[in-house]
Amino acid sequence: MAVCVAVIAKENYPLYIRSTPTENELKFHYMVHTSLDVVDEKISAMGKALVDQRELYLGLLYPTEDYKVYGYVTNSKVKFVMVVDSSNTALRDNEIRSMFRKLHNSYTDVMCNPFYNPGDRIQSRFVCLGRAFDNMVTSMMIPVC
Amino acid sequence: MEAAAAAAAGGGCGSGPPPLLLSEGEQQCYSELFARCAGAAGGGPGPGPPEAARVAPGTVTAAAGPVADLFRASQLPAETLHQITELCGAKRVGYFGPTQFYIALKLIAAAQSGLPVRIESIKCELPLPRFMMSKNDGEIRFGNPAELHGTKVQIPYLTTEKNSFKRMDDEDKQETQSPTMSPLASPPSSPPHYQRVPLSHGYSKLRSSAEQMHPAPYEARQPLVQPEGSSSGGPGTKPLRHQTSLIRSFSVERELQDNSSYLDEPWRITEEQREYYVNQFRSLQPDPSSFISGSVAKNFFTKSKLSIPELSYIWELSDADCDGALTLSEFCAAFHLIVARKNGYPLPEGLPPTLQPEYLQAAFPKPKWDCQLFDSYSESLPANQQPRDLNRMETSVKDTADLPVSTQDVTGDDKQALKSTVNEALPKDVSEDPATKSGLLPPPPALPPRPCPSQIWAIMNSVAVNICIQVVEWSEQVSEAELLPQLSRAPSQAAESSPSKKDVLYSQPPSKPIRRKFRPENQATENQEPSTVASGPASAATVKPHPTVQKQSSKQKKAIQTAIRKNKEANAVLARLNSELQQQLKEVHQERIALENQLEQLRPVTVL
Repeated sequence: MAVCVAVIAKENYPLYIRSTPTENELKFHYMVHTSLDVVDEKISAMGKALVDQRELYLGLLYPTEDYKVYGYVTNSKVKFVMVVDSSNTALRDNEIRSMFRKLHNSYTDVMCNPFYNPGDRIQSRFVCLGRAFDNMVTSMMIPVC
Repeated sequence: MEAAAAAAAGGGCGSGPPPLLLSEGEQQCYSELFARCAGAAGGGPGPGPPEAARVAPGTVTAAAGPVADLFRASQLPAETLHQITELCGAKRVGYFGPTQFYIALKLIAAAQSGLPVRIESIKCELPLPRFMMSKNDGEIRFGNPAELHGTKVQIPYLTTEKNSFKRMDDEDKQETQSPTMSPLASPPSSPPHYQRVPLSHGYSKLRSSAEQMHPAPYEARQPLVQPEGSSSGGPGTKPLRHQTSLIRSFSVERELQDNSSYLDEPWRITEEQREYYVNQFRSLQPDPSSFISGSVAKNFFTKSKLSIPELSYIWELSDADCDGALTLSEFCAAFHLIVARKNGYPLPEGLPPTLQPEYLQAAFPKPKWDCQLFDSYSESLPANQQPRDLNRMETSVKDTADLPVSTQDVTGDDKQALKSTVNEALPKDVSEDPATKSGLLPPPPALPPRPCPSQIWAIMNSVAVNICIQVVEWSEQVSEAELLPQLSRAPSQAAESSPSKKDVLYSQPPSKPIRRKFRPENQATENQEPSTVASGPASAATVKPHPTVQKQSSKQKKAIQTAIRKNKEANAVLARLNSELQQQLKEVHQERIALENQLEQLRPVTVL
């Protein structure tokens, strides 16, 4: 399904990036970085309207030959960016939405942990924070052949 | 008998309108199992009888301890057992009544046959559930071949699970050998296993018995238990000492509980530990049924000097509902994990079943004395607040905090710990009442002068009248001139006797009452002596003998009247305080509503 998942903080620095290891990770990092501009554009376009009514799910940010990039913004300006394989045409919009929703829920769970300082990286190495978050992301990034 | 039971089971139950159809064999077997568990509860200690007594006086319930052991002996993985517990309704009602127990047994049978754990599964015909029990226990109805077959089937399951947990094992080979040995050795040594039913309590006895006999797949999650158990003698005491020193260093002040039971099953909370955790909980949050917020818990757990990543992982494990706050059972689980970690146990991958909140709630229902304590505490607290406010001028804040300390001292086993934790909590208590604190200080100088002068005038009126009557009694000749200075003296004396904080008022009364009292004086004197009003101050000679007499008699009255005055002031102060606090309460309510709204926005509703 997803090939790369990234969580970006309000100040546009990454909190969490994970991509399937087979590919060149740098490419995905670059894609996520460039998608931030698109995200900001979408936010500002909608932001003139009431903030409350702004939809969290941003939809397809931009397509490339091989990949499609989807975006999602929370109310606290934390951005989720997901890169999926273009060949995976079976993926519908609803599924992407539900994936983002799950991401958002696990992110909220991470936030609820009082030992997590907002702005820290969501690490899941060692025995520490973000274990559940990581597991959830893994479940979304089911093996790409 | 086996064949008959199997046939009966095969031919007997089908899906039908009644929720649970049991065949004859099943019914017999289940009722025996239930009787065993309930009997064990009756004879056993702790959780059984109070739980049953709390729940319903008439019904027979099976205690969670033997039931949990029985379920574990069914060799099902812990998640399945939890699903079963949930489904059968024991979690809902909080105890294992006959219905719940039977449903659970049916579900176990379903799970063992490979069916998914659903209510629908139990409607179809099922074999009897298999438990790893000894022949003596009468589970023999499952038959030897069935049992051995069951154990043989379980062994590859054991080894695969062991492999998956291998990376958690610090101690290595002993474990891989002993669990594989244990099911084979199960029949002869399971009586001691089954005697482990009173698990939380008779630990000293059990340690001497065969330690290798644990329900193995469950123990696979606790890698250090086996080596700990097998080396029960010398090394067992060493970790005990090490552990107690660590625990001592962990908290501010505590009484050493019996931690020896710890070694057998590190993820099971004993009664003493549970009490200690509950006390600590109460030190942070007096209401046992409400939450500890994340920041409070963070501060508390940071004192344990574990690293932040570990603490955050422990939090992730223990906060099951991920709400950022800890209930009592979540708190106990987290505390227990911290203590385990400090003693060197590696943290588990997932929350062990004995630390799950529902298990903890079922196993350790909130003891009654907790509730009583809270009730008495809440009752005494408002009662204490009134004298506290009334005596605010004399008592300092510390004295007021002594009142809650004294109420808590009544209960504790852990009196010293309570005191220390209450001392810790004292600043919190005080900080929680900034309103009262701030309210206590300003009122004295800020008293509105209006109500008091009228009181004072009324008082002085009566005082003056009394004085005049006395003066009349004492001397035959009373002149207007004499009365006048006495009048002026009376109010001035009364004004002087009033507390100093009434400086504002002090200047006012003397001027006005003189004129006002002149009239009643006129009336009084007119009744007695029809002399005309004279002006001019009296001579000093006539004045002198009188004041001494007046002082003696009036002092008593003044004392009473000042007391009355003080009480009225206190009343006014309390009324103002009350209104201020009400306002603050409203503001806090509004803040809370605003925060809840924000939280709802941040956390979208999922419809999956």
